[in-house]
Amino acid sequence: MASLVGSRVERKEDKKFLTGKGRYTADINLANQTYAYFVRSPHARASISKVDVSKASNAPGVVKILTGDDLAEDKIGGLIAGWKIVSQDGTDMKVPAHPPLANNTVNYVGDHVAVVIAETLDQAREAADLVRVDYKVLKAVVKTSDALNSKPIHEGIDKNLCFDWGLGDKSKTDEAFSKAEKIIKIDLVNNRLIPNAMEPRASIGDYNPSSENLTLYTTNQNPHLTRLVLSAFCAIQPEHKFRVVAPDVGGGFGSKIYPYAEDAVIAWTAKKIERPVKWVAERTESFLSDCHGRDHITHAELAVKNDGKIVGLKVETIANLGGYASLFATVTPTYLYGPLVLGLYDIPVAFCNVKAVYTNTTPVDAYRGAGRPEATYMIERLVEKAAKEMGIDRAEFRSKNFISKFPHQQCLVHNIDSGDYSAHLNKALELSDYKNFENRRTESKSKGKLRGIGFSTYLEACGIAPSAVVMSIGAGVGLWESAEIRFNATGNISVFTGTHSHGQGHDTTFAQIVSDKLGVPIENIDLVHGDTDKGPFGMGTYGSRSLAVGGTAITKACDKIIDKGKKVAAHMLEAKPDEIDFKAGEFIVKNSNKKKTIGEIAFACYLPGQYGEIKSPLPEGVEPGLKETAFYDPVNFSFPAGTHICEVEVDQDTGETKVVAYTAVDDFGTVINPMIVEGQVHGGVVQGIGQALYENARYDESGQLITASYMDYTMPRANNLPELRIDYTSTPATSNPLGVKGCGEAGAIAAPPAVMNAVIDAIDIDISMPATSEKVCNALQKNKKNNKEAA
Amino acid sequence: MKSFNFHSIKSVKEAQKLASGKSVYLAGGMTTIPAMKHGLASYSDIIDIKNIKDLSGIKVSSKSIRIGAITKHAEVASSKEVRKSISSLALLADGIGDAQVRNRGTIGGSIANNDPTADYPSACLALNATIHTSNRKIHANKFFKDMFETALKKGELIETVEFQIPTKSSYEKFPSPASLYAMVGVYVAKYKSEVIVAVTGAQSVVYRCKEIENALNSNFSASAIDGVKIKSSGLNSDIHASSDYRAHLIKVLAKKAVTGCK
Amino acid sequence: MQRVSLVINGNKVSREIEDRTLLSSLLRDILSLTGTHVGCDTSQCGACVVLVDGKSVKSCTLFAADIDGSKIITIEGLANNGKLHPIQEALKKHHGLQCGFCTPGMVMSVVDLLKNKKNPSDQEIRDWLKGNICRCTGYQNIVAAVKEAASKM
Repeated sequence: MASLVGSRVERKEDKKFLTGKGRYTADINLANQTYAYFVRSPHARASISKVDVSKASNAPGVVKILTGDDLAEDKIGGLIAGWKIVSQDGTDMKVPAHPPLANNTVNYVGDHVAVVIAETLDQAREAADLVRVDYKVLKAVVKTSDALNSKPIHEGIDKNLCFDWGLGDKSKTDEAFSKAEKIIKIDLVNNRLIPNAMEPRASIGDYNPSSENLTLYTTNQNPHLTRLVLSAFCAIQPEHKFRVVAPDVGGGFGSKIYPYAEDAVIAWTAKKIERPVKWVAERTESFLSDCHGRDHITHAELAVKNDGKIVGLKVETIANLGGYASLFATVTPTYLYGPLVLGLYDIPVAFCNVKAVYTNTTPVDAYRGAGRPEATYMIERLVEKAAKEMGIDRAEFRSKNFISKFPHQQCLVHNIDSGDYSAHLNKALELSDYKNFENRRTESKSKGKLRGIGFSTYLEACGIAPSAVVMSIGAGVGLWESAEIRFNATGNISVFTGTHSHGQGHDTTFAQIVSDKLGVPIENIDLVHGDTDKGPFGMGTYGSRSLAVGGTAITKACDKIIDKGKKVAAHMLEAKPDEIDFKAGEFIVKNSNKKKTIGEIAFACYLPGQYGEIKSPLPEGVEPGLKETAFYDPVNFSFPAGTHICEVEVDQDTGETKVVAYTAVDDFGTVINPMIVEGQVHGGVVQGIGQALYENARYDESGQLITASYMDYTMPRANNLPELRIDYTSTPATSNPLGVKGCGEAGAIAAPPAVMNAVIDAIDIDISMPATSEKVCNALQKNKKNNKEAA
Repeated sequence: MKSFNFHSIKSVKEAQKLASGKSVYLAGGMTTIPAMKHGLASYSDIIDIKNIKDLSGIKVSSKSIRIGAITKHAEVASSKEVRKSISSLALLADGIGDAQVRNRGTIGGSIANNDPTADYPSACLALNATIHTSNRKIHANKFFKDMFETALKKGELIETVEFQIPTKSSYEKFPSPASLYAMVGVYVAKYKSEVIVAVTGAQSVVYRCKEIENALNSNFSASAIDGVKIKSSGLNSDIHASSDYRAHLIKVLAKKAVTGCK
Repeated sequence: MQRVSLVINGNKVSREIEDRTLLSSLLRDILSLTGTHVGCDTSQCGACVVLVDGKSVKSCTLFAADIDGSKIITIEGLANNGKLHPIQEALKKHHGLQCGFCTPGMVMSVVDLLKNKKNPSDQEIRDWLKGNICRCTGYQNIVAAVKEAASKM
């Protein structure tokens, strides 16, 4: 059997999706099901004096209407921020209560006020219109930049400040700056994005009054954690009587990691009325209530020697958390951001300060990259600017400062195990034909277009770990992963993982690993995930962790299967376990042709004794069955890196900017399935191009989201994208036995600065993301005017 | 969506009989249905006019093209006759929304709805169209009143739209990248006696840009537009574009349209 | 209420439905053909695209009563006796899908494109797919799949 690791194996999951047989949460319908519709706040900030449901309760088909008062009466707890951040002054972060249905105040447009349950969706919606809420509209804080200077939106949270966090050695950094030969400064805005997984969120609660078990079907990347939060903090149902199922999930990108208010309310309501309750978000609701991403304001300074060597970095960031602190909202702009501000450069000292603030906007949480895109955008814009100001070629400036020896302990947090940054830079230079760029620029000019080129050499930290370390810096959970291999008597395998696949192709990649490891054909291997009743507790999928952490857990479980198999095989073959080799699905006595297949061993484990002609006794002390579980806690993060080079063309008349060439060379360590990895890079890069050129969540002064539909929020579409050039280099990770590093977020991390550096190179003036046609056009006009004045 | 009575009818007479202050004609529904879904519009009766045979089809004479109200955008886009007589009109239809919108949306629906960012109203103005309704003929100049408002009276139904074939013409659109509707669209049509320049997307309703028309009437060339000043006051300013940018685009697109005229 | 009779994936279907029933709702909620997805409420995303009388349309922006008597093909009815349509095969081969949510609409839209154009160029494919939003793939492998499917038809 040829090795599958490293090959372009077609995806096992595709057929169902291609024939309409996927089963997403909204596709599930249960007998006697009711429908939920949420009454949401139309105001960014208001106090509620009364929620009058009397008229609505009498509307046709209404089963129940529940409000924050009912929630409080049932002692249902609030949603939590899962990572405690400590401010520089030693005080804990300040977190407001976040009840799943508002208790007296609402803090963003779309905040949850009441839920209407009815026999049909139309009836629920119509009755929701009849719920009368007495709001007293309060002055909203909307802009990130206003938060610190505004009156608190949450009682007792002065300056709307959740925390004022610092990382690094401030005094040493100041000292380096005082001696610097050159200081490069930059001010940046990282625009707020809306994740927009194509499947809108949905939840179905189903309570069984007989067994007293509650099941929640939900669109989630992380069903075990969702169950934990809803049990331990919301107190809806004890964990052992609570099943959370995340079936096929139509994309997540971070936005479906955490349990939402709707999950809590639907689970609670289903239990309360003892009937299934179904809720499916309309897209408008998704825009308003799915957590948003990014939203930073940053000032950064780079201290450099005249020869281009970086000697220090200072970063000050204000991160907008929105109306409440969502589950991963506090770690995203701190430990996922701060350590990464160094990029892949050897910077001796640095200090990063992050102030996280509350505003009356949709909560902001992890979105593809989570903190790392913001860090990369900052350092890559700054480095590009430095190179330009100092008259050093952008590639040379970067390569001069690259970390070149591994392992490398960075001055902030990370100890980087492996990498070869010149390798991907050089490959990208070649692939993008960098040396002939000026010819292309001239050619574009002859067509009336301005062409620019931009680089981004990035470092990513994936697979957050080890648990002991992350918990010591505030994580509310350990970040290990589980796996279970259940060999069936007939020789096929069910693999259980605590990670969740919602587009990443785990069914295939993980099966490739198991197939190679155990010598079982891939079609006889089935991956099971997304159901807390089936596999062991797992930590879900985010932060490009699934393969590095979850894949390794699977490998470890496979090792245990092989160990047990050796004992059984030795007994059957009348040898000692240490005389048995395992290779390509066969247990072989060393230096002999005596062997048993792994299928025979599995059979023996389940039918220990004589079965017809087959004799398969188990050795003494070996339990029957062939099932092994492994929990894996990594020793370190993994560190993908890469070089992305973007070329844009700008229409001088309209300002319309198009990416015309894009090269990505990434080092993801060992690649299990290059086809799937390519797909992850394509998708990530396009989301990054989206952030740079199109996407922007905008609020008006009163806090209304004015980009709350696809009519107003620009999604990248097929017609405005180029063909991407993708290649790899590889330095295997040493922190996991597979040597893998993670690839899911790289594109979204690398692309925004590559695109923006190209735009700025083309138009020769600094603008913020997204580089819309109008913004670019205005910049060009301004340039023209300045040039005229200068002349 | 609020409930309503759906009527599929076969004749204009039947349609008019059913029409009331709370009814709407459905001719594709590409704007009406989303508006109803969002609760922005509700009706007691929906009168589906798609099965009125007389309202369909494209007829070409030496001077004009008549297009039935329920003719779909895809049909106009692929019509050999339209491509031959007024290619810019076929191209306009080919650029509306996306493929699925073009498979359902109709010319009559688009014009009756009169979205300020729709494409067809600019074609009507620029191509001197006459809107033939169940009751009368209305010249395009008098048809588009204001945002989503037309000269149509209660129950009046568009039957055909008749475009005068110009010597040459061209339509240039700068679509909003989010919605694909026109941020600004400029339709330039040259007739023996005059040049017409219609602009959509820029004001609350489609209009003729007299400043550019004057310039082109004396010198039909892109450079003639250079000297024209387009005031931004009175132009739309919204999330998609400021009035200044729209003013800028009007000139840019008008020049492109003149250059591309055939 | 309206009586609506349709031929869906070759099967005659007749139902009494509310006048306001959208085709997407008839398919998903009444006929349990949940392969057709609903991803937005502004007729933009294209996850709900099906073929009505051979033409691709957005089933979320269409009253079922409006197409009484029509022939409809949904994603469930595209494969012929278990044999996948060339675009289904090509999307698998080229990894033109990830989470699978936009896929049914994407497939049905491409079927219509390939009926109209034998060998579409990259730009023609990309322009046609304007009405189908995919958040996962960046479209590149979808375009590759469409080209391959075109070459095989």
